[in-house]
Amino acid sequence: MIEIAIVAVKSALLLFILLTACAYMTLLERRLLGKFQVRYGPNRVGPFGLLQPLADGLKLVFKESFMPAHVDVIVYWLAPAISMVTALFVYAVIPFGPEVMLFGQRVPLRLADVNVGILLVLATSSVGVYGIILGGWSSNNKYSLLGSLRSSAQLISYELALGLAVISVVLTAGSLSLVSIVEAQRRVWFVALQPLGFLIFLIAAVAETNRAPFDLPEAEQELIAGYQTEYGGFKFAMFYIGEYVAIVTMSALLTTLFWGGWWGPVLPGPVWFVLKTLAFVFVFIWLRATLPRVRHDQLMALGWKVLIPLGLLNLVVTAVIVVLRGT
Amino acid sequence: MTTLRVRIRQSLAILKGLAVTFRYLFRPPVTVRYPEVKRAAVQPRFKGRHWLTLYADGMERCVGCELCVIVCPSQAIYVRAAENTPEHQVSKGERYATDFQINELRCIFCGFCEEACPTGAIVLGREYELASFSRDAMIYTKPMLTEPYPGASGRDPQREV
Repeated sequence: MIEIAIVAVKSALLLFILLTACAYMTLLERRLLGKFQVRYGPNRVGPFGLLQPLADGLKLVFKESFMPAHVDVIVYWLAPAISMVTALFVYAVIPFGPEVMLFGQRVPLRLADVNVGILLVLATSSVGVYGIILGGWSSNNKYSLLGSLRSSAQLISYELALGLAVISVVLTAGSLSLVSIVEAQRRVWFVALQPLGFLIFLIAAVAETNRAPFDLPEAEQELIAGYQTEYGGFKFAMFYIGEYVAIVTMSALLTTLFWGGWWGPVLPGPVWFVLKTLAFVFVFIWLRATLPRVRHDQLMALGWKVLIPLGLLNLVVTAVIVVLRGT
Repeated sequence: MTTLRVRIRQSLAILKGLAVTFRYLFRPPVTVRYPEVKRAAVQPRFKGRHWLTLYADGMERCVGCELCVIVCPSQAIYVRAAENTPEHQVSKGERYATDFQINELRCIFCGFCEEACPTGAIVLGREYELASFSRDAMIYTKPMLTEPYPGASGRDPQREV
């Protein structure tokens, strides 16, 4: 009984933190982009613009729930929900810290330690693609459809590279559970053992989240906003939450798989985890502020001709080393 | 082999670009927090709100010829002229403007009225904060347009046109 209560409280807390973090990520991104572009960014609503996400959220909630003609109604409503729910679901298996004692109870700082944790993450983020594809498909708009087609092509190409980088980590750690992977980094973080794997994962992660310079599915200049074109109000907000939570997810995964999760000197585990995740969120924004969008053929060439061969090479080398050390 | 070298150079160029943007992160913004902080005064030739200027002796320059009305491309000006009389001498010509209105919402600030004016009566000043909460308030009437004292618009009241 007490276990269920703990899990319920943790879920509620996690959802609250994630949604707030995602709202404030929009502000962080806009302020940082402003700084990168030698201007201020939104600073009007509240001190330092801190109430801006609240104002944006209120605006989106109170907008008219408009639906264009001839849309596939059920799919049109379902798509943003898929996008958001799958993005949030991943957090069930990401560990934030070691077990701690709270009110005389041993509380592990994670929702679940699934023994195929990383597999679950990859599977869920693949399902998340359905949100984008169905959203573009059901909108009855050529831009939406083109955006979602690009998105599916891109995500299939980069999920392979992502998976190859993850398999190398799994081989090194000897487990699919994210908790065990973090435990295995007690002495050496995997970024030192898998530098190539880290780079592949980083590039694939940027492509997976549809962020610049791989933001072809929502290229404003060509496709207006891609699959989001026909969405407004809270349905649009759900797509947005899905997108930003996905960025936090990828940052958390980079931290968990390569940068030692909650391990770190002096500060407690969860603080290290949050700091490292924030650092990667900053990298995402930094990349967006720096790099122009790649062409579609360049995107495909990078995925299939560079990242996947490199990932395979990395996997083979890792496997050989693991076997040699094992004997 | 050469392509590989090119690819490596391109990858390093990405890092170089990231370094450039990172340096910009610490620069003070070039923009200003507008209503609180304002930039230095506009250029002398800036075209802002209109003024009806006066001669140094306080006589109105406008002679009610309506050339500005004719030249105005957005038809923003309305002038009603009246005859000067010896008892009631407002301007130095035969006539003067009893009513002079400019719709600042229609005005495109092209400055044609200033060029057309034979006496140099209508000028475009340097004020650019002309916002208002109603359309009515944006129709400037003669008392609002006329300089409160000669030279108030920033133009020399002694000047010849």
